[in-house]
Parts: sequence; C-alpha cells; structure tokens
Amino acid sequence: MRKPLSLIAGAAVLGLALAGCSTGGGESDPGNADQVEVFTWWASGSEKVGLDALVKVFNEQYPDIEFINASVAGGAGSNAKAALASRLEANDPPDTFQAHAGAELTDYINAGQLQDLSSFYEEQGLTDVFPASLIEQLTVDGAIYSVPSNIHRANVTWVNTAVLEGAGIDPTKAPADIDAWIDDLQKLKDSGVESPLALGTEWTQMQLLENVLIADLGAEGYSGLWTGDTAWDSDGVKTAVDHYGELMKFVNSDFAGLEWDAATQILLDGNAGYNVMGDWAEAAFVQAGQTYGDEYTTWPTPGTDGVFDFLADSFTLPVGAPHEQAAKDWLTTISSAEGQKAFNIAKGSIPARTDATASDYPAYQQTAITSFADDTVVSSLAHGAAASISWSGDISSAVGKFGTDKDAASLVSALVAAADKALG
Amino acid sequence: MRKGIRNWGPPLLLVSPTVVILGIFVYGLIGANVSVSLSDRHSLQPAENFVGLDNYFALFAEERFLHSLYNLGMFTLFFIVGTMVFGFLWAWMLDKGVSAEGVFRSVYLFPMAISFVASGVVWRWLLNSAEGDRASGLNRIFESLGLGFLQNPWWSDPTWGMAAIALPAIWQLSGYVMALFLSGFRGIPEELREAARMDGASEWKLYRHVIFPQLSPVALSALIIVGHMSLKVFDLIMAITKAIYQTEVPATYLWVALTSNDYAKAATIATILLLFVAVLIVPYLIYTARSEKAER
Repeated sequence: MRKPLSLIAGAAVLGLALAGCSTGGGESDPGNADQVEVFTWWASGSEKVGLDALVKVFNEQYPDIEFINASVAGGAGSNAKAALASRLEANDPPDTFQAHAGAELTDYINAGQLQDLSSFYEEQGLTDVFPASLIEQLTVDGAIYSVPSNIHRANVTWVNTAVLEGAGIDPTKAPADIDAWIDDLQKLKDSGVESPLALGTEWTQMQLLENVLIADLGAEGYSGLWTGDTAWDSDGVKTAVDHYGELMKFVNSDFAGLEWDAATQILLDGNAGYNVMGDWAEAAFVQAGQTYGDEYTTWPTPGTDGVFDFLADSFTLPVGAPHEQAAKDWLTTISSAEGQKAFNIAKGSIPARTDATASDYPAYQQTAITSFADDTVVSSLAHGAAASISWSGDISSAVGKFGTDKDAASLVSALVAAADKALG
Repeated sequence: MRKGIRNWGPPLLLVSPTVVILGIFVYGLIGANVSVSLSDRHSLQPAENFVGLDNYFALFAEERFLHSLYNLGMFTLFFIVGTMVFGFLWAWMLDKGVSAEGVFRSVYLFPMAISFVASGVVWRWLLNSAEGDRASGLNRIFESLGLGFLQNPWWSDPTWGMAAIALPAIWQLSGYVMALFLSGFRGIPEELREAARMDGASEWKLYRHVIFPQLSPVALSALIIVGHMSLKVFDLIMAITKAIYQTEVPATYLWVALTSNDYAKAATIATILLLFVAVLIVPYLIYTARSEKAER
C-alpha cells in the first residue's frame, strides 16, 4: 500500500512542477488586455542590449502593460522563423513579431497573416518622418505591413588603413568603380597580402554580389531586378557576375566556413585590406579598441556611392493577435523618436526617422544618417528586403555553387531560373 | 468465446496504448507528410491542388537536389568503408590478444558517447581550410610538424569535400562497429578454431573458412546500422558547415526548404529519405525474421 501511495504523491508533485512551468510568470494570457507578447530573435549580444533598451522606454511610456519576451535564440533567426511558422500555422500568433522589412514578409502577407498598418502610419504621422524612399520600399500593393525599428546599411566596405598604406594606396579615397578597386586589390596582392578581400559564408558572398550588382547596374537597374524590369541575363548582370568572379580571386581560401565576424576578424588582424559587410561590423572594431578614421575606415562599396543599400528589422501586427491594442502601443514605442534612439545607440544601427539628432550617435553612424537622408535607398538581397525567402534561398544556393566551381555562365543561368520561378 | 477474450483481451489492452500512439504519431504523420508531398503547398498558404508525383519529378530534375544526393553518396561511401575497416581491424587486433584490452576498448568506444553536434563543433575547427599563416586545426599541426604538403582544403574541396566531413563520423562510430565485431569474434566457440587447427588449417584458412562466415550476420547488422545513420546525416553537417550548398545533403536541403516555407518540397525530400532508409532496413528485417524462423 505504501508504494503506490508514494508513487501517486510523486506523480502529483511532478504534475504540479510542470504546471508551474507553464503558468509561472511571463506567459501570454489572452484574457488580460495589459500584456504584449513580443517575438524576436534578439537573445544575445548587442541585439539583446538593444531590446532591453527598447523595453525600458516601453515601460516608461506604457507602465501598465506587461512586456512578455518571447525571443527564440540561435541560427541568426532561422530557429525563430521555424518556431514562428508553427505558431502561425496553429493560429496562435504572438502579438507582434520581428521580421526583416520588405519582401521577406511576402509569404506572410500572401497567406493573410498580417494586418495592414497604413492607418497606423497616418495616425502616428510616420509617413512624414520616415524618408519617402523607405516608405516606398515598405509598401506592398498600397499597404504597409511592418514598422521598422532600425536601419542597417549593407553596402559598406571596411578598410584596414595600415594594410592599404603598406601597399601605397590612399585608404581615405574610395576607388571610383569596381575595375579601379580590382586594380587596388591586385596592388595589395603584389605587395604580399595573400588574401586582400576578406569573405565569409554563403550569405556574405550574396551580399558581396549584391554590392557588385548595385555598382554595375545603378540603383534603378538594381531595383528593377526585383520587379522584372531588369533582365537577369542582361549585359549589366553579366558584367557584374564577371566582376564578382574577379573579386573572388582575391578572397581568403577558407571563406566557405566563416561566419561574418570571423571574416571581419581577418581584416582586424591586418591579414586583409577590405571586407564588405553591413554596419553591424562597427561593433567588432569598437570592441577591438580601434578608432574610426585611424586604424579603420569605411566607404560605400566602390561604384555604389550615393546609394544606400538598406535592410531593417521591423515589427508586425499579425491577424488575430490576442492583445491588439497593446501591440499597437509597442509599435508606437519602437517608431517613436525616443524608442529609436535608445535602441539604435545600443545596437549600433541608425534610426529610420529623419528627425533624429545625428550628434547623439558615434562617428560611423553619423555618416550613415547623412547618407540615409540624402541617398537613393535600395533593398538588400542578402537580408530579406529585396526578394522573398524562397527566391533569396535559390540565389544563395547558386552563389554558394559559384564559390566552388567559379562557373559564371551557370551562375547567370541559375539566377535567371530563380527569377523566373519567383516572378512567375 | 469468453475464454477467447480472456486469452487475447489482456495482452491487447496492454499493447493498445502503444498501438494507438504509434498509429497516430508515426504512421499517421508519415501519411500526413506524404499527402503534403503530393500537394502544391509551396508557401504558407494552404494547398490548393493535388499534383500527384510532380514534386518528385521536379526534385529529381533539379541540379541542386542531385548535387545533394552526390554529396550523400560520397559521405555514405567513405563513412561505411571507414567504419567497417577500422572497426574490423581494431576488433581483430583485440581478438588476437593485447594487454590492457579494457583500456583500448574504452578508448575506441568513447567517441560514441559524444553527440554529433558536440564533435562537429570541434571538427569544424580541426578541418579549417585556411593554409599557411592563417592555418589552424589539422593544417596548423601539419605545418608545425614540417608536413606542410599535407595541408589541404578539407571539406572546401568540391569533389572530395564530403570525405572530410565523413572523418568525424568515422572517428565516432568505428568503436561501435568494433564492439559489434568483437562480440562476433567472441561468439565463435574456441573448439571450432581448435578443430580447424587440428585439421591443419593455416591461420589465413582458419579466418577465411571458419571465422569470417560466422561474422557475416554481424557485418550485415553493422552495415545496416551505419548505413541508415549515414542516410539521415544532418546534425554533423549543420555543426561543421551549417546549411550551405557545398556540403548540402537531402536532410539539410529539407531544412532549407522548410525554413523558406516550401512545405511541399520539404515533405517530398522527407518522403524520399524515408524510402531510402526503408530500402535498406526492410530487406534486413525480412532477412532476420526469416533466419529466426529457420532457427526455431
């Protein structure tokens, strides 16, 4: 008799403990209006710091609303996207979720999972404070489905000044175009730098290709690639692919296995002269104790001056969000001048609003804020702004293949096939 | 009638939870997966049409999928040959009699205690393809030993890269194959060997005609176990290279298709993988069932 009793007691304790796990603090409750469940993949590093700063502002602006952090760590967001897809599939959406602004949202929009936020933009006056070119990139068939919390730039070339000076190249002046850049890369190689251009894994290769495409096609031609106005087998694209192939001759041999930060580290260590990477790389230089303009400098990738290749993290309002009003409050906070400032200073990006005070930000960000206000804004391919997830997946695989076989003709035909499939 | 129920009732009651759970969560889900693979659900939107085997034809016409099959083939080849050869050699040497056999056994078997993900992280560093000044891992070791000519790009090589990926897998499972073979060796009665020797068989003939034939069931089991693990390889590749084209196998391609919301394609790859494993496992199950019956 004693044994079964203790067994039952044990099971009861276990059950209680499990129940405690599921209802104890931080669980979304649809009946309670004063909650907002925010789904992100910001779980570590500068991203976590940024989110914390944002939550602090949110708590000040809306002290009655409980913030529930539903972040999913790892895999640069791919784990989070898988988790999110299954939640949306089960009709259990979070109140708002993070996504790259732009075409990456296409799948959710087509599946009718997102609410149109155009009226929210008008209420908040966001159409006036966000640059017109950004609003244009965010608009899908006359509707806007997300609110950007920050802006990153993807066409930045990071330069190790000492390495360039060693080969007699002036690091402060960017080469005029890709051809001039290739000449400089050759000079570096001749001076004994084995791999002058640091490169990493598949998506960083895709980002380099996108930079070359912008340089060779111009902003308008590049944007046309995503609408079907520019043909993928046009001479401009072929030139860009040839240029890209030339650039690949100057990269480190182990690129396929390196994450972006490992590639940037090659530059930091002085084993390369250049690295094309988004402006989140800034944090790596700051952490290494280097000064902008002294040990390192940046310019827009040669040939892309005057173009701002943008990507943005943004938040959405899913259909059937349990706390819709609270979610709108969260969107208000992230789009407010105060929220954007707190977040972007912590994360190293720049605010989407044009009324931000540039002097609040560090040196690199100040240059980016100026360019964002003045330049032509185009959407980044490597970061989900330009093409839908499956399209950029196909391009990524084609670029990865090119990394091993260096077959330009097959890259062009793969790019054409990917575009045909995506644009139908 | 009542006696009948008494006979089969309780056992049925006992196994029914398992049958129901297996029915829903294994066979039911396999069925659901196959039905998705026969639909046109290429996005988050619900499927609209039944498209038959179109997804399968499309997949086998795709250069990318054939490449992933090539990679899987290379990996499987090196993985199976590697584990069988090393496993057999070690078992044979232990069987010949060495001192401190227990130590060797644990040393060889130990890697199995580590997950593919954990060892993948270490091998990711060991198999670093940078050479010369920036070399690390094995290339650095070669360099510092004056064996610089042995440095190579490891998995970055387009043709032989998958052989490098197979290295950690071989390292991890050879010990297991060794344990299987060793138990096979130990299962052969000493009398048989003595009898063969009495009959004047040379050592080679003893192995060729007495021992190897008795090891073949063990070899078959080892082949099946290692083979089906190889076809499913996913975590090792994700840990070493992440999901990139160069080391793509069907399982990682499935992951890519799934995370880009192409449910029909992902389900199709999953079904193909299931068929691959079934082709290997089902004949084996039939064979063992038959031989068990024959023994009875």
